[in-house]
Amino acid sequence: MMSAITGTIAEEKLETITLTINGQEVKAKKGDTVLEAALEAGIYIPTLCYDPDLKPYGACRLCLVEIDGMRGLPTSCTTPATDGMVVHTETPWVNQRRCSTMELIFANHPGDCFTCAKNQQCELLKIAQYIGMEQEHLDRLRKSTRLLPIDRSNPAFEYDPNKCILCAKCVRACHEIAGVGAIGLAFRGYEAKVTTAGEKPLIESICKSCGECVARCPTGALTPKWEKAPTKEVKTICPYCGVGCSMYLGVRDNRIVSVCGDPEGATNKGSLCVKGRWGYDFISHPERLTTPLIRIDDTSRGAPHNGQPHEIFREATWDEALELVSNRLLEIKQTYGPNSLAALSSAKCTNEDNYVMQKFTRAVLGTNNIDHCARLCHASTVVGAIAAFGQGAMSNSYSDFEKTDLFFVIGSNTTECHPIIGSIIKRRVKFDDAKLIVADPRSIELGEFAVTKLQHKPGTDVALVNGLMHVIIRDGLEDKEFIKERTEGFEEMRQLVEKYTPEVVEEITGVPRADLEAAAHLFGEAKSACILYGMGITQHTTGTDNVKSIANLIMLTGNIGREGTGFSPLRGQNNVQGACDLGALPNVYPGYQKVDDPAVKAKFEAAWGCELSDKPGITVTEIADAIYQGSIKGLYIMGENPLMSEPNLEHARAAFEQIEFMVVQDIFLSETAWLADVVLPAAAFAEKDGTFTNTERRVQRVRQALLPPGEAKDDWQIISDLAERMGQPLGYQSADQVMEEIASLTPIYGGIRFERLDEGGLQWPCPDTSHPGTKFLHQGSFARGLGKFHAIDYIPPAESISETFPLILTTGRVLEHWHTGTMSRRSRVLSELCPDGVVEMHPGDALKLGLVEHDLVALSSERGKLETTLHITDRAMPGVVFMPFHWSEAPANLLTSGALDPQAKIPEFKVSAVNAVLAVLDRAVQDNEFLARLAENPAEALKDYGLTSEEKAALTRGDIRKIESWVGKIDDRLRTWLSLRLSQEQW
Amino acid sequence: MDFRQIQSNAASQWVAMQSSQKPRILMGMGTCGIAAGAEDIVEALNERLARGDIQADIIRVGCIGLCYAEPLIEVIKPGKPSIFYGNLTPELISEIVEDYLIADNPRPDLALGIRGEGALEGIPRLFDLPVLKPQVRISLRNCGNIDPENINHYIANGGYEGLAKALTMNPQEVIDEVKKSGLRGRGGAGFSTGVKWQFCHDAPGNTKYVICNADEGDPGAFMDRALLEGDPHAVLEGMLIGAYAIGAREGYIYIRAEYPLAIQRLMVAIRQMEEYRLLGDNIMGSGFSFHIKIKEGAGAFVCGEETALMASIEGSRGMPRSRPPFPAQSGLWGKPTNINNVETWGNVSAILQKGGEWYASYGTERSKGTKNFSLAGQVVRTGLIEVPMGIALREIVYDIGGGIPGNKSLKAVQTGGPSGGFIPASLIDLPVDYESLTQTGSIMGSGGMVVIDEDTCMVEMTRFFLTFTQAESCGKCIPCRWGTKQMLDILEDITNGKGRPGDIELLQELAESVKDNSLCGLGQTAPNPVLTSTRYFRDEYEAHINEKRCPALACTELISYYILPDKCQGCGICLRECLSEAISGGKRMVHIIDQSRCIKCGTCLDVCPTRFSAVVKVSGEEVIVPGEPVPVAAMKASAVASSRSSNE
Repeated sequence: MMSAITGTIAEEKLETITLTINGQEVKAKKGDTVLEAALEAGIYIPTLCYDPDLKPYGACRLCLVEIDGMRGLPTSCTTPATDGMVVHTETPWVNQRRCSTMELIFANHPGDCFTCAKNQQCELLKIAQYIGMEQEHLDRLRKSTRLLPIDRSNPAFEYDPNKCILCAKCVRACHEIAGVGAIGLAFRGYEAKVTTAGEKPLIESICKSCGECVARCPTGALTPKWEKAPTKEVKTICPYCGVGCSMYLGVRDNRIVSVCGDPEGATNKGSLCVKGRWGYDFISHPERLTTPLIRIDDTSRGAPHNGQPHEIFREATWDEALELVSNRLLEIKQTYGPNSLAALSSAKCTNEDNYVMQKFTRAVLGTNNIDHCARLCHASTVVGAIAAFGQGAMSNSYSDFEKTDLFFVIGSNTTECHPIIGSIIKRRVKFDDAKLIVADPRSIELGEFAVTKLQHKPGTDVALVNGLMHVIIRDGLEDKEFIKERTEGFEEMRQLVEKYTPEVVEEITGVPRADLEAAAHLFGEAKSACILYGMGITQHTTGTDNVKSIANLIMLTGNIGREGTGFSPLRGQNNVQGACDLGALPNVYPGYQKVDDPAVKAKFEAAWGCELSDKPGITVTEIADAIYQGSIKGLYIMGENPLMSEPNLEHARAAFEQIEFMVVQDIFLSETAWLADVVLPAAAFAEKDGTFTNTERRVQRVRQALLPPGEAKDDWQIISDLAERMGQPLGYQSADQVMEEIASLTPIYGGIRFERLDEGGLQWPCPDTSHPGTKFLHQGSFARGLGKFHAIDYIPPAESISETFPLILTTGRVLEHWHTGTMSRRSRVLSELCPDGVVEMHPGDALKLGLVEHDLVALSSERGKLETTLHITDRAMPGVVFMPFHWSEAPANLLTSGALDPQAKIPEFKVSAVNAVLAVLDRAVQDNEFLARLAENPAEALKDYGLTSEEKAALTRGDIRKIESWVGKIDDRLRTWLSLRLSQEQW
Repeated sequence: MDFRQIQSNAASQWVAMQSSQKPRILMGMGTCGIAAGAEDIVEALNERLARGDIQADIIRVGCIGLCYAEPLIEVIKPGKPSIFYGNLTPELISEIVEDYLIADNPRPDLALGIRGEGALEGIPRLFDLPVLKPQVRISLRNCGNIDPENINHYIANGGYEGLAKALTMNPQEVIDEVKKSGLRGRGGAGFSTGVKWQFCHDAPGNTKYVICNADEGDPGAFMDRALLEGDPHAVLEGMLIGAYAIGAREGYIYIRAEYPLAIQRLMVAIRQMEEYRLLGDNIMGSGFSFHIKIKEGAGAFVCGEETALMASIEGSRGMPRSRPPFPAQSGLWGKPTNINNVETWGNVSAILQKGGEWYASYGTERSKGTKNFSLAGQVVRTGLIEVPMGIALREIVYDIGGGIPGNKSLKAVQTGGPSGGFIPASLIDLPVDYESLTQTGSIMGSGGMVVIDEDTCMVEMTRFFLTFTQAESCGKCIPCRWGTKQMLDILEDITNGKGRPGDIELLQELAESVKDNSLCGLGQTAPNPVLTSTRYFRDEYEAHINEKRCPALACTELISYYILPDKCQGCGICLRECLSEAISGGKRMVHIIDQSRCIKCGTCLDVCPTRFSAVVKVSGEEVIVPGEPVPVAAMKASAVASSRSSNE
């Protein structure tokens, strides 16, 4: 299958054997089991514990067969097929024994098939019917009377042990596929059952709720809650992360009633994560936008709202809304010039939506001021990797991970942010001999699987990587031939890293030198290694430097352009790769064709029939300042939520409040949409046809499963309607027409057509319609010719701790939620699994601050303040707190710094100096100077306030009642906090 | 120090001990001896010796097999045959010290037997006693004779000579020697040891393992424990020989954590081997290196199954997996692995010491050598025995075991542990070898042998064994997990008088199915008790099902106690003792048991004076008793009358 996709790697020649099954001659691959050989030949053998994705188990004993020359009844799922073997699958002996086993299952299974949630999918029932049971026989048996309690603790699914047949598919899937091991078999004999460690409810176990177990359960033991049998199933692509999992949405009455991973899915092979399996009910959420909205006259943009849209907006017809938008945009364009307009495209929208959006911006609005949230996640990757390799995308494929000997994961919490890739890594480390190095300031789940774990201080990645390279060169582990043949700039880089000795690096990063040396040797000695990274690398003022450093390390060891190796920036959003590919960037047209290249400009002018600007536009992160300065007057936002995702939110909000005209096109009234003049209702992913491009450059088909609610429309359709109204019709009738235009103008997408994508998609570059796509890049030569080493010196992050802000804040995601939460927080399961945001803090820091678990803490930075709940965990590094940014109640980006990477303009989300104070204390001290002093420095307060000796005595012995008589009643939590504080003081 | 030097040192130490002028006392300190009170005996002995200022060496040895006679000692006075004394108490040991050690009276009344040169009046030779005469001690050769914690004792008795010999041969020659011996695995299945080694030897790979299976899980079986406690080196030497033959450098002993003494003796033995460079790198300068690790099992019966055992060593739940691949190809950590049990390894060292041909001279055509059994149940002399293969079952039960106590008759012999089968008394002349046992439907198993007398209900006994196998099934495969449970449920119904017509056939059908269909040996053999009991004792099942009667009067739900009105003297003893206050009556009144309140504990039967014998236990029949207590005298008269009428 792999070779069909890439055309580059020849499959190993597999030896074919011939056996006879039920008198029929059957060909099989050497190494196949008898069961596999039979199934391949279309001969059915009943089985309950066999699963092609799991190791043979041999527990249900239904697949037994007779084999000439073999004693007894071997199980076909565990017996290797051999050449010349003669197999009988349906003899009286075999059937009698199968029947007997089914009778035993019957005796131990409840008979509530009518009400069982498994209904039509029950394998047990199907096999019972196949085997043919007799009531008289069943009546002889002693029926089990045991009733075990049902575990309903998980919001997504329930576990009824009474219906479990112990095929252990769930246990094996959790262990072998998800790499979690939350459930196992416990007890013996009749008491044997599937349960969690310590028999705790599932929700209290380490279960990640991915539902891999549920999907594989052949009976009604593990069933999704509230799932219904669909009337049709539509194959499409998950809208959450950049992995791009293929799945089937079950539809009934225009609602999604079931979700099932696509077993043929090129990316996920049937697996899904917690979001991808349970997180789609947002589509039918009552808060979906169903009609265009226009801001009611006189409501000021910054006015606080109470969540009642009708107080701010009035419903409008498409006609009225588009007329208004058209007029206002044209007016601004005429008054201030085209560059006073800007558009934000969306990494959540399809390739076709993005293409149309950028075309609209360039051709109709007449500006290159288009960007999208890739700016906030991988802008530095694009800049850095283009500088090093000439190409900004992930160089390899997930199928490479199957051949990788060494994974180096840095700045990526893979198991939470790209769970399916996380599972591949875990599986390869657990079951094969692959090794893993993890570098992250936080102690992440993958760390448990790593041979070497490097916990470096936030923002010290360049020093860390330079240190690794120092050791590799010092010990002669570099790939000299690769460096000589394929790269330039090595010498300069080598000289620079000379000073990054393990001692120096330990000083900067906090990583013990022995660990650094061990990691360098592992990496340097690996036959094939790849580096996976995420926002931990990119979201820094040195983001581009970080990426270049990673490119350095990869080229130094020759780990690129070969199978199993590679450069793997893990893209965040489902279609962030596609949005970049399709030119939703201020400096390039689709396919990274530069706007300032005259030939390119001419090509697009000819194709689009209009004049285009050759002046690169401004970026997302520059828009707020541009609005402040008055250079941007009108803003068109499609499916983005900058008022949650921008750094330094207070600043951004102030800017957006000043804009002259703003349109937001979205599926919900997002934090940003509340500020818009016109809100346009868009279709969600499940309501659209089109394509997404995942992080491994795979263009995959998104198919419409539902009708959009109310008057909502496809994003590309809305833009087309608007363009037409503005006098420049784009003329598309369908998404595939858009793709045809994309292919004609975008060489890397040249061979992409909807009808070619039905079999698992195509990886670009795919220049023409006969090209099979490209599995990995840079084979033989780099996109830029020679790979370029960059000599990168370590520069500390823009912000460092101070007395006022003694902690470093780093932000990120949690497994159950997504980005600004507009989707995942409207999913019942996801929000029940993870209802509240927290700030993670190391126990040592909490102790110093007198904080305990679940305290409400006030976090503040120079830019803002918020309150959130404390979670004390040694996942956090001492001195570093972590906060996810999904919660609008406590938006982490109120605190983050707006400092930008000078080259990629990506903000430094990962390093902000903050302070954490018990929230009640923070509030109390605002209007009580004495209390403030007392909390800060009790001994000084004692001196400064001219207290009587009696009062001093009261203070030093921690007499809170006395203190209350001076400052007024104190909150209970603050009382304990203050007592502790006073008792610790050296008076 | 090279091995020859070690050997000669050990030999001179041994000779010095033998020719010492001090008396020696060999104390049976296996778990069996300790359980019977050996520690108290040693304490009393030491105390008495000290008090009398008597010089004597006390040597702690393993079990010699005469468990029925524990605590047991062997007393050796210089120049005299040694004398065994059994069933000791602290008082008796004092008497022996005084009478024999001090006063030279060998106390024939207390002595079991003698061994060594010479004779003592009134005391038989120990090995001429019926209990020992038929026995041949190969694996148990040193048990009870040497100090298991002294490696020199083992070496002085030919120990490690087998290894030394093996190391002069090439591995294939060693395997051939074992093949020549005809040794078959003593763990139960009886697969040829030499052939098994050959598979592992021939398997490709540089890393291979040998494992000693010391997870002796059959309830009532203690052969392996006794061997490990009595002569650990015999087993360890066997492992080294096996490792050399197959090419393993590392071995594991998987032993039940419930065997602390065996574990401790193994650890001592391993330490001593390391001191003598008999373990580690370059053993005996041959270039062969071997290391052993001890892994304690957590008490799961199924971990005696080799694939489950390996899973357990690997740190996983002890569950068997399907074969192929066989352990010889892909075993522990996926490497070729050879597993043998304790007794097999104990025989291997003897085979290399004395030769395959010598070993093959014992036993039958297809079952060579000897087999250890733990003889238990309703037999006069319980204990650990080692007999040549092919010995008649009768010899074991009646000669070695001394027959059935209490003049009861033999009903059956159960071999092979809980998953073995019942051999009916009618087959008492059966030769004990692999094939003959299999023919009866039973198995050799690891060597449990339970003698069953007439008072045992075979249905109940079957239920008992199924309770064990059911609870110990790992739960992985359906036939074993739910098949054993279904059979158990049916057996419970039958013993509770709720059996249904057709249950016997259903049991047999289920048994056959579970046997054919289970993943591992546990499930494949668990139905054996059902199959053999329904085959040989079908009448007992039928009585339970059709007549609600337990012929052995053992199934509580099917029996009743009655007080015979014509025999009851109204003494009131049973009435007072009845635990459930089910007996009514008064002085000189015939007592009556209220059947609805009776809990069938049998106390009334036990306490009724023998001279009255008024209480009877019956099953499936009713005894006519008066509706309420009547005067004893009245019943006597009516009994006379009724006996008259029945005579007519």
